[in-house]
Amino acid sequence: MKIVVLVKHVPEPTAAWRYADDHTLDRTGVEGRLSELDEYAVEQAVSLVEKGLPATITYLTMGPARAVEALRKALAMGGDGAVHISDEALHGSDALGTSLVLAHAVERIGFDLVLSGMASTDAEMSVVPAMLADRLGVPQLTFAGALTVTDDGVTIRRDGETATEEVRASLPAVVSVTDQTGEARYPSFKAIMAGKRKPVTTWTLADLGVDPASVGVAGAATAVRAVAPQPPRQAGTVVIDEGDAAVRVADFLVAQKLL
Amino acid sequence: MAEVLVLVERSDGVVRKATLELLTLARRLGDPAALVCGAVDDATTALLGEYGATRVYVADDPELEEYLVAPKADVLVTAVRHAAPAAVLVTSGPEGTEVAARTAVRLESGIVTDAIDVTAGDGGPLVTQSVFSGSWTAQSQVVRGTPVITVRPNAVSPEAAPTQPAVEALPVQLTDAARGARVVGRTPKTGTGRPDLADAAVVVAGGRGMGSAEAFGMLERLADALGGAVAASRAATDLGWYGHDFQIGQTGKTVAPQLYLASGISGAIQHRAGMQGSRTIVAINKDPKAPIFGIADLGVVGDAHAVLPALITEVEKRKG
Ligand SMILES: Cc1cc2nc3c(=O)[nH]c(=O)nc-3n(C[C@H](O)[C@H](O)[C@H](O)COP(=O)(O)OP(=O)(O)OC[C@H]3O[C@@H](n4cnc5c(N)ncnc54)[C@H](O)[C@@H]3O)c2cc1C
Ligand SMILES: Nc1ncnc2c1ncn2[C@@H]1O[C@H](COP(=O)(O)O)[C@@H](O)[C@H]1O
Repeated sequence: MKIVVLVKHVPEPTAAWRYADDHTLDRTGVEGRLSELDEYAVEQAVSLVEKGLPATITYLTMGPARAVEALRKALAMGGDGAVHISDEALHGSDALGTSLVLAHAVERIGFDLVLSGMASTDAEMSVVPAMLADRLGVPQLTFAGALTVTDDGVTIRRDGETATEEVRASLPAVVSVTDQTGEARYPSFKAIMAGKRKPVTTWTLADLGVDPASVGVAGAATAVRAVAPQPPRQAGTVVIDEGDAAVRVADFLVAQKLL
Repeated sequence: MAEVLVLVERSDGVVRKATLELLTLARRLGDPAALVCGAVDDATTALLGEYGATRVYVADDPELEEYLVAPKADVLVTAVRHAAPAAVLVTSGPEGTEVAARTAVRLESGIVTDAIDVTAGDGGPLVTQSVFSGSWTAQSQVVRGTPVITVRPNAVSPEAAPTQPAVEALPVQLTDAARGARVVGRTPKTGTGRPDLADAAVVVAGGRGMGSAEAFGMLERLADALGGAVAASRAATDLGWYGHDFQIGQTGKTVAPQLYLASGISGAIQHRAGMQGSRTIVAINKDPKAPIFGIADLGVVGDAHAVLPALITEVEKRKG
């Protein structure tokens, strides 16, 4: 069985993010990392194989040169190899463009199961897995809080607003996982070194046969018109409880017409 | 004027408030039209009409509930091809966002997610988003295809604009691909008797600093005294002290109540992402350096186990 895991290189969540002049996220000035929410997908893939599923694991990322750091981190956690789609023309791609490129790459790698995170921690759209499934014409099982995989199918638990659902599909399929699936492992030094020796292949748009005009800022179906930093929320009063805090909070709630 | 298509969401057969918000926004862009997946009774049509739907499209087929997401995208694509709307509005959320995503792929249309505001603009709707964990706002437009926009609940207050909607049935033709992911089990969740987190005016939240599951009983009592809902940080839900359904933050729910009271919560960036839009924030934490104080309107440096019982008594006393 072939498992492809989608991983994204994102700015460190605690860094100060800003927009570049072309209204895309400035990825040059900040530290980057493998998206924490994609680590859960990596963990699931690696532990499926550890539990005896006969499968090879290939990581796939689309992003600038530094995105290879995300692949190396994933390879340190486990798996066999990785593919990096890197092309100048990709800068500023929207979700339609990203899913188009990923679909071509996944087809080229070959897959029975595609695993992804529930959202990228930068774009936070939660649309790429569903778009990818649509483009590939395979079932989507998204927001899995738990999953089981057999030779011919996958079953997930999906925690909905009004019910917990069990959803089943035959393979091939696209599955996105939530942070409820279980903590991701910390790779040991030995695993990190082993990860460095695993093969990483780089593809361009030409390798995938994707028209550069259909991606990037120019090919995007959405355009950012204006951006502004949100004024940070002002800190208010901080009081130290000397047995009177409850009264002070209640007074405040009354003054704010909340009580 | 062109129609603006709103995908209706219902829970337990009742139209969600978020749908009425979408109808309210749709009026800024054109003639609101509602698309319902499933059977529609007169009361539903009347409610949609009360909030301005000039037309109600009905796609009724039991199969729509048997599979995940994809069949609803089939229906939405059919409706868009039929009605040629100026835009499509869907409520943000795990299902709605993915229905919108697949629809956008099928129509080769741009999609903007998680809008906090939508206004009419030159060349199509102007969509405001809060991005980068709420540290920036961005205004975007769809420049290709029919704009597909998902909107956060509570972006606007629903406003009535009564009309008499025409009801039109739409054919449901599911693609084979839509029948891929079958729902084989469903365990309904029981209500808490408290307001839904999304709609609650008051949210009382606890974190690791509460120390135990039992201590959440204090938060429930305070929430009940204030007519609010109870929520938790991921640390508290991971510890099993409170249900994951009540987690606030990046991988939980986003809320923007009148009052958010955080007790024993440090205020990590992933938690703040889900609550920093609250009108008023009150924090109780024993560590004066806790980041939550940086966004709190009133901060109390103190022990939750001392402050909360006294606060419950005080609130109950003042309410008489
Ligand atoms: C990818 C990712 C996604 C995440 N998503 C979320 C999310 O959606 N929601 C979320 O909440 N977190 C999320 N987190 C986790 C987040 O980073 C924090 O770890 C978490 O929010 C911490 O929860 P906490 O504030 O309850 O616990 P802690 O950070 O441990 O804080 C406990 C606080 O309680 C205080 N305290 C202790 N005892 C008392 C007392 N007796 N009285 C008063 N105060 C006391 C302490 O001073 C401390 O400030 C996510 C993390 C990652 C990596
Ligand atoms: N550029 C990318 N490269 C690889 N995977 C991606 C990329 N963008 C999104 N994904 C995957 O799709 C998931 C959802 O992303 P998003 O729709 O942007 O929130 C992520 O968790 C990743 O697994």
